[in-house]
Amino acid sequence: MAQAAIELIGINKSFGAVRANRDINLEVARGTIHGIVGENGAGKSTLMSILYGFYQADSGEIRVGGKPVSINSSNDAIALGIGMVHQHFMLVDNFTVLENVILGAENDALLKSSIAKARSELERLEREYGLEVDPDAIIEELPVGLQQRVEILKALYRGAEILILDEPTGVLTPAEADHLFRILKQLKEQGKTVVLITHKLREIMAITDTVSVMRQGTMVATRVTKETTVGELAELMVGRRVLLRVEKGQSEAGAIKLSVRNLTVKDSRGVTMVDDVSFDVRGGEIVGIAGVAGNGQSELLEAISGIRHAVSGEVMLEGKPVDLTGKADPGELRDRGLAHVPEDRHHVGLVLAFEENENSILGYHDDERYLKGPFLKVDVIMADARDKIEKYDIRPGNPRLKTANFSGGNQQKIVLAREMEQDPGVLIVGQPTRGVDVGAIEFIHKRLIAMRDQGKAVLVVSVELDEIRSLSDRILVMFAGRIVGERGPDATEGELGLLMAGVEHQEAAE
Amino acid sequence: MSTPYAKLPAWADYGLIPLINLSVAFIVAGFVVMLVGENPFRAAVILVEGAFGKGTGIAFTLFYATTFIFTGLSVAVAAHCSLFNIGTEGQAYIGGLGIALVCLSFDSVLPWWAIFPMAIVAAAAFGALWGFIPAYLQAKRGSHIVITTIMFNFIAASVMVYLLVGPLKPAGSQAPQTRNFLAGAELPKLNWIIELFGAKIRSAPLNICFLLALVMAFLVWLLIWRTKLGYEMRTYGHSPKAARYAGISETRIILTAMMISGALAGMMALNPVMGDQHNVAIDFVSGAGYVGIAVALMGRLHPVGIVLAAILFGMLYQGGAELAFEMPAISRDMIVIIQGLVILFAGALEHMFRPYIQALFASFSPKSVGMQAVNGKGA
Repeated sequence: MAQAAIELIGINKSFGAVRANRDINLEVARGTIHGIVGENGAGKSTLMSILYGFYQADSGEIRVGGKPVSINSSNDAIALGIGMVHQHFMLVDNFTVLENVILGAENDALLKSSIAKARSELERLEREYGLEVDPDAIIEELPVGLQQRVEILKALYRGAEILILDEPTGVLTPAEADHLFRILKQLKEQGKTVVLITHKLREIMAITDTVSVMRQGTMVATRVTKETTVGELAELMVGRRVLLRVEKGQSEAGAIKLSVRNLTVKDSRGVTMVDDVSFDVRGGEIVGIAGVAGNGQSELLEAISGIRHAVSGEVMLEGKPVDLTGKADPGELRDRGLAHVPEDRHHVGLVLAFEENENSILGYHDDERYLKGPFLKVDVIMADARDKIEKYDIRPGNPRLKTANFSGGNQQKIVLAREMEQDPGVLIVGQPTRGVDVGAIEFIHKRLIAMRDQGKAVLVVSVELDEIRSLSDRILVMFAGRIVGERGPDATEGELGLLMAGVEHQEAAE
Repeated sequence: MSTPYAKLPAWADYGLIPLINLSVAFIVAGFVVMLVGENPFRAAVILVEGAFGKGTGIAFTLFYATTFIFTGLSVAVAAHCSLFNIGTEGQAYIGGLGIALVCLSFDSVLPWWAIFPMAIVAAAAFGALWGFIPAYLQAKRGSHIVITTIMFNFIAASVMVYLLVGPLKPAGSQAPQTRNFLAGAELPKLNWIIELFGAKIRSAPLNICFLLALVMAFLVWLLIWRTKLGYEMRTYGHSPKAARYAGISETRIILTAMMISGALAGMMALNPVMGDQHNVAIDFVSGAGYVGIAVALMGRLHPVGIVLAAILFGMLYQGGAELAFEMPAISRDMIVIIQGLVILFAGALEHMFRPYIQALFASFSPKSVGMQAVNGKGA
C-alpha cells in the first residue's frame, strides 16, 4: 500500500457535552480517492474542519506525509498542502476568476506580478487537469459547475496535494457531476490525494478507492470500495437495514385537484423564474418535479402556495382560483385544503427558536381548536403536539424542547406531521428529505405514499433524482423556468439527466 | 454547522451568568473609584445602603424602578417582534402630554380614582400614536424603525418644548412647565407598605404606579406567551418568512406591536407626572427610555427579568445619588460611568463569559448541558 498522505490518530472533539468526534482513526493513502460517508450529524464535517484548521481537536494526533503536525488555522493547512472545497462556495461573486484565485495569495500592492504569475499558473493547471475556465470571466456569470472548478483551482494554485471536497455534487447536474469525477480521477493520476465527503452512496461507489463510514461521531468501518455494496454502506451508516426504494402500488388517479395554467413568475430583479408553466395534479397521484436547484422550482411552489406574486397565469385549487397577486392569505388557502411543506424548513417552515409544540401549530394557530378568545389553549396544543410526536415518531419526544435541538430529519417530521394531520386535499412538498438522514427518508417517503393512497393530490419538488424516481407516478422536468418534459416513473436516470441539463432545449435553439 | 455552544441549565442561564456579568461590572467600577482616589468598598457600602438601607431609600429605589419597568416592557414587546424601538423616550414624553391634558381638564372636578383611569388611557393612547407613525412608515414604506424612532424622539422633544413654553405654560410663569395639578390629580403614595415593615419614611415619591407596573408586567407575559397575538409577534420576530408562510400579515403585526410598545412607554409618564412632580415639565423623561433598552436586554426580554433589572437600575439611580452626595470626589458623571459599565457588561457583552461557563459545566456534569443533543448536532 502506498504511503499515507493523512493519518488521524485518536481524534476527539466535543462541543460542550456533544461529542462530535470520538476516538477517530483514519488513514488516507497518497494518490487515492477516499470517501467519507455518514448521516447528517455523524461528525464528517467536524472531522474535516479539524483537518483544515477551523477547529482544534481536544486530543489526538494528525500526521501529514508521516510527520506529526499541528494545524491551528487554515493557513497552516494550506502550508501543509491541504486544500478544501466547501459545500457553499467561498468566492467573491463580482470578482473575475483570476481575482478570486489570487485572493489571499496576493503579494504585491499593485497586483501586477501576482496577476501575471497567476495567469500562467492557471494555464498550466488547465493543461494538466483539464480544468478549463476563462480566467477573466466574472464569477456570478458562471454556472455552478464552473464556480466549483474555480474553487478547485484556488486550492491547486496554493499548492494543494490533498484536496478535501465537502458534498461537492449537491448543486450539480448529473452531467456536471460526471465531469467533476473525471477531473478528480485526473488529479488522482497526477498523484494528488482526494477526500470526498458525501451522503450519496452512488457517488462513493462510482469514484472512490476506499470508503470510511461515520456514525454518531465514531468511525464505524473502512472498506475497499470494490469489495462493498451500497446496501452494506447504508446499513453501516444507519446501524440497521434500510429500504433504499419504498414499495408502492399502482396509483389510482382521480379528479384534478390542482391545476396550473400558463404560470409565469418573476423574481425581484425582474428575471423570469417560472416561464409559462402548465400542469395538473390529480387526487391519488404523486407528481414529481425534477430539476437542478435554481431552475424555478422554488418560485413555482411559492406562487402556488400564495406566498409569491405571479405575473400571469392561473392556479385552480379544487376547481377554484388561487389569488396570485402575492397578497393571498396562506391561512385561507389552508382552509381550502392546501398544505405546504416548504423547501426551507429552517426559515420558513419552522421557527427554530420556538418550542416543538409551538411549531406544531404554525400556520394553523388561527384554528379555533387552539384558541379561547385571544388566548392560546396551551394544554390542547401540548396534547396535540404529543399526539403528533407519537404518530410520526419524532425524537426526542419532548414537545417543550427547542426546535433547533432536533435533528434535520426530526425537524422535517415536525413540519410533515403538522401539514399532513390537517388532512389536506392537496399537499405540496419542497425537498422532502433535504438534510434528512437515511432512516428518516424511508419514513417520509412511506408517509407521502400513504397520502397518495388516501386519494390526496401530492406535488413533490426535489433535486434528488433518486427520490423523484422512487416517489413519483409522473415526473416533470424543469429547466430554466420551463417544464421541458414529462416522463413516467420508469424513465432512466440518463434520460432525466439530459432533460435537467436542458440538452434537448439547447439543441433546439442552435 | 450548528452552534458550538451547548445548552446551560436554566438557573445558570438566567441567574448565574447575569450575576457574573454584574459582578465584573462592579469590579471594574471599583477600579474606576480607586482611580479617583476613593475606597471602592466604602463606595459600594454607601451605594447599597443608600438604595436599600433606609425606608426612604427603598421607596426611591422602587420609584425609579417603576419608571424603568414601563420603559423596559415597552422595549421588550417591540423586541419580541424584532423591532428595535429606540423611541421609548419620545413615546413616554408624548404620553406625558396626554396625561397633562386629562389632569389639567379634570383635576378641579374629579377625584384621583376617576382621573387615574382616564390618564392611563390618555397616556397609552398618546404613546401608541407616537409609536404608530414610525411603525406605519416601516410597514408600508420600509423606513427603518431605528432611524425613524430616533427622529421621533427629537420631534417629540421639539413639540413638547413648543407646548411647554407656549400653550401649556401658565401666563406669567417663567418655568417651562404646566401649572401644578390640584390634589385631584395626585396619586396615592405607597410608602405605608414599606412602613409596615417598620422602616421610617420622610418623603418619597413611591406611588401606586408601582403596582400598575407590576400588573403590566404580568399582562405583557400573558400577551407574549399566552395569546395568539403574542405568538404571531414572536413568529414574525424570529422569522418574517415563517410569518408570511403562516399567513401572518406583516403590516398588521408591526403596527400592533409598536402601538403596544408605545402605549407602555406612554404609561411610564404616569409615574413621575402624577405620582411625583404633579406637573409636566420640560425633559421630565430624562433618559429613562434609553435605560429601558438596557433593562429589557438585561432582563432577557422577560417580564420577571425586566422587573429585577429595573430594580437594579433603580438602585443605581438612588444609591448613586447618595454616593455623589457622600463622596465629593465621585461626581454625578461617575455614577453614569458605573451605570454604563453595568449596561456594557450585562447588555452588550452579555455572552462574553458564556463559553467558559459552558466548558466548566460540561467538564463537571455533562448531563446538565443536554446530552440528548448528540444525535441532532454536529454535522
